[in-house]
Amino acid sequence: MREAGEQALKPGQRSEIEVLKARGVTVGFGDKLVLENLDLDVYRSEILGFVGGSGTGKSVLMRAILGLVEKRAGKIEVFGEDLDKTSPEERAGIERRWGVLFQQGALFSSLNVRQNIQVPMREHMNMSQRLMDEMALLKLEMVGLPRDAAEKAPSELSGGMIKRASLARALALDPDLVFLDEPTSGLDPIGAAAFDDLIKRLRDALGLTVYMVTHDLDSLHSICDRIAVLGERRVLVTGTIDEMMQVDHPWVKAYFRGERALRRAEQDEV
Amino acid sequence: MTIQAARPAPTLTTSMGGERMTVAIGGGWTIHASREMEDLLIALKPGVSGFVTIDMSGVTHLDTAGAWLIHRLQGDFEFKGSRVEFVGLSDKFKSLVGEIESHHPPTWKPRIRGRSIMGLLEATGRQMVEIGKDVVAVCHIVGSLAVVLSGILVNPRRLRGISVAVQFDRSCIGAVPIVALMSFLIGGIISQQGGFYLRTFGADLYVVDLAGVLVLREIGVLLTAIMVAGRSGSAFTAELGSMKMREEMDALHVIGLRVTEVLILPRLLALMIALPILAFIADLSALFGSGLVTWAYLDIPPQIFMQRLNEAVTLETLWVGLLKAPFMAMIIGLIACVEGLKVSGSAESLGLHTTLSVVKAIFMVIVVDGLFAIFFASVGI
Ligand SMILES: Nc1ncnc2c1ncn2[C@@H]1O[C@H](COP(=O)(O)OP(=O)(O)OP(=O)(O)O)[C@@H](O)[C@H]1O
Ligand SMILES: [Mg+2]
Repeated sequence: MREAGEQALKPGQRSEIEVLKARGVTVGFGDKLVLENLDLDVYRSEILGFVGGSGTGKSVLMRAILGLVEKRAGKIEVFGEDLDKTSPEERAGIERRWGVLFQQGALFSSLNVRQNIQVPMREHMNMSQRLMDEMALLKLEMVGLPRDAAEKAPSELSGGMIKRASLARALALDPDLVFLDEPTSGLDPIGAAAFDDLIKRLRDALGLTVYMVTHDLDSLHSICDRIAVLGERRVLVTGTIDEMMQVDHPWVKAYFRGERALRRAEQDEV
Repeated sequence: MTIQAARPAPTLTTSMGGERMTVAIGGGWTIHASREMEDLLIALKPGVSGFVTIDMSGVTHLDTAGAWLIHRLQGDFEFKGSRVEFVGLSDKFKSLVGEIESHHPPTWKPRIRGRSIMGLLEATGRQMVEIGKDVVAVCHIVGSLAVVLSGILVNPRRLRGISVAVQFDRSCIGAVPIVALMSFLIGGIISQQGGFYLRTFGADLYVVDLAGVLVLREIGVLLTAIMVAGRSGSAFTAELGSMKMREEMDALHVIGLRVTEVLILPRLLALMIALPILAFIADLSALFGSGLVTWAYLDIPPQIFMQRLNEAVTLETLWVGLLKAPFMAMIIGLIACVEGLKVSGSAESLGLHTTLSVVKAIFMVIVVDGLFAIFFASVGI
């Protein structure tokens, strides 16, 4: 459980406690290494934006942290526990404290949205059906889905609705750490802005730590406290958006000071 | 930071002071203690009193579940006509409580599932409609197959030879070992069982007639068809179904390809070529098994077996069996494809339709076998 007093950090005030700490992580498929000797820290109650070109391994790193992909070397600590050394009970305790939004949503296709949100509650908690139903609808509202979406099957949802429903499931147990893989891709700009706003409000209200893979320059500018850039099989740089503007690496430069980025910056100034 | 720091249990105490009721809430109000929180709230029956103060100063941990339950408690009091005020809400929880208050899930109603005679009738009716739709779907596919086939007659290059070959490899070559082994055992079992029974009449030798006719006319092709329905029929349904789930069918449509031409025809053709061949292999290995068993158990040497077999069966007997094979293959293929196309978005429906495909195909294969038996009897073969 998060300790009292740490629940709401004021903006700008950064906690120095690492929620996630990766050291020397190496992941490969066949004879091709996707990540090599990668280090990464994520601090409590921050929103970390994770960027990198398509196919550089952002999703693979997230899956490696979650234990879905075998890593060849390295150490990953979550909530101060080395994930390779935890007992099954400790592991279950950690799993209860994180929530994941997969790139494709990964809703259970044979359950409707309400039941999807209730899966973690049903499996991990002892709750009455009434409270579970109320909590599911509450989470649904919080992520901005209409009420009638609750009884819909995942195949009946639009792409953006799948993202939201999947976020509602990730938030079902009020996790301390959420992994979001491209949460705003495929959303309209208004919807994406509302999604960003939602993540920020949740962070402020619940003290969430957010690990967000995104290509959305608007999200990076508006809500991310810190940005990490993945390239050349490792984390190239980390820092605030202003620090990113100073970096000289060609890819980072093209990303943050390319034509699209500059157009955005101009709009900001207007 | 530890995994499971000791969580203080939620507490709730009430006290009355004249008109005013004070509810003091304390400890950890989080989802981990949902059952305790709910029990505390059930035990507290909101009575009628003018003013209620909810004192939150003792709360150490709060999350959405706890905040929601407290919000619900407030609603219950207000519904009874009390005026509720909060005191002692610490700053760090203010944004959370605000977040909860801005959302109002509708009042909860338990779901009731009706079960009655009407429900049974309704289900039966729906089943009948489903069967009707199945028939229409089969006709639809047969119709579009006819269109595709006539197109191929005009322009033979539109036949996808490579697809047919790949499907043939999977549904025929791959099935040879298991079909041969199964038939070998069945041939052996028939001779062994029949042989001992016939021996009591001193008619051992007639076991060759029994096995020969039974295997060639019925068992060989029927068992092969059942095996193929389980093996290839289910594979077709699962393949088409998962392609449907992932919008691959829609992609074919918009590229301007016909699903019937690209996916269904090659599978159907391959199966219609494969099943007679498999049935023939099954016949041979069943007779081989039968020959071995009669030799070992009934002391009928191979030469005598062959001689007797020659007298008992003719080429016609073999043809009667093999003639049925392409029809059975068509039925298996059609049912598999219809079921595959009926798969909707969920993994559950994929499983359901794969099962249905195999069950329906086996059932229909047996029905068709019966129809053929009537037909052959009436033409006197
Ligand atoms: N299961 C797998 N087997 C083999 N290679 C894989 C596998 N999963 C991913 N890869 C490879 O790893 C690399 C990184 O993939 P990943 O999905 O992490 O990209 P990404 O950074 O998330 O890209 P995007 O922004 O497009 O989502 C790619 O080159 C991909 O081909
Ligand atoms: Mg990805």
